[in-house]
Amino acid sequence: MADQTLDAKGLNCPLPILRAKKALKEMAPGQILAIEATDPGSAKDFESFCSQTGNELVKASENGKVFYYEIRKV
Amino acid sequence: MANTKKLAIIATKGTLDFAYPPLILATTAAALDYDVTIFWTFYGLQVLKKERNLKISPLGNPAMPMPVPMPVFVQMLPGMESMATIMMKQKMAGKGVASIDDLLEMALESDVKMIACQMTVDLFDFKHEELIDGVEYAGAARFFEVAQDADITLFI
Repeated sequence: MADQTLDAKGLNCPLPILRAKKALKEMAPGQILAIEATDPGSAKDFESFCSQTGNELVKASENGKVFYYEIRKV
Repeated sequence: MANTKKLAIIATKGTLDFAYPPLILATTAAALDYDVTIFWTFYGLQVLKKERNLKISPLGNPAMPMPVPMPVFVQMLPGMESMATIMMKQKMAGKGVASIDDLLEMALESDVKMIACQMTVDLFDFKHEELIDGVEYAGAARFFEVAQDADITLFI
């Protein structure tokens, strides 16, 4: 169950990452941000974002043209 | 945060296309918790103008994808630069690419430090009032002070 959702569909690099960072800033540690994106580059980018910031990528999936991610704030 | 990583960028170009790399990298690095500084010099100063009017030209840029092949003598006709700029901006908006205005605003929001090269400001007779607020004016020595302990340094 996500605490916050972010619709990043239609946005291109680096906007999904920047919007996610902004959303996470407003959240409490342990909370989960759910993100929907259409940028195919976002798959690798969210992996890299999480490995560098310490946030946990708890879910990453693809459903047709939409990518879905869940990030737990560190 | 302990051991904050640092990124130092020198941005030298003032066309619409080349305003992107420093701003994309700076905003992304800031989102990755880097401490970011951009040193804007020569044509890069155009990006910091309050009234910026960045353009792109197919002329002298044979790698620029065009909707229809266009001979060089057509590319140099009056109005072609403006037309190419309008078309590029429309394409970017259609593909969900951020505008330069938006990226600059996001960079400033995330505390990316902007340094303008005072020598080039003098060279081009720019006034400090013409550039956005919050810019620091300094020279090469200041850049090295920033870059000496940067983890990543880029020249664009």
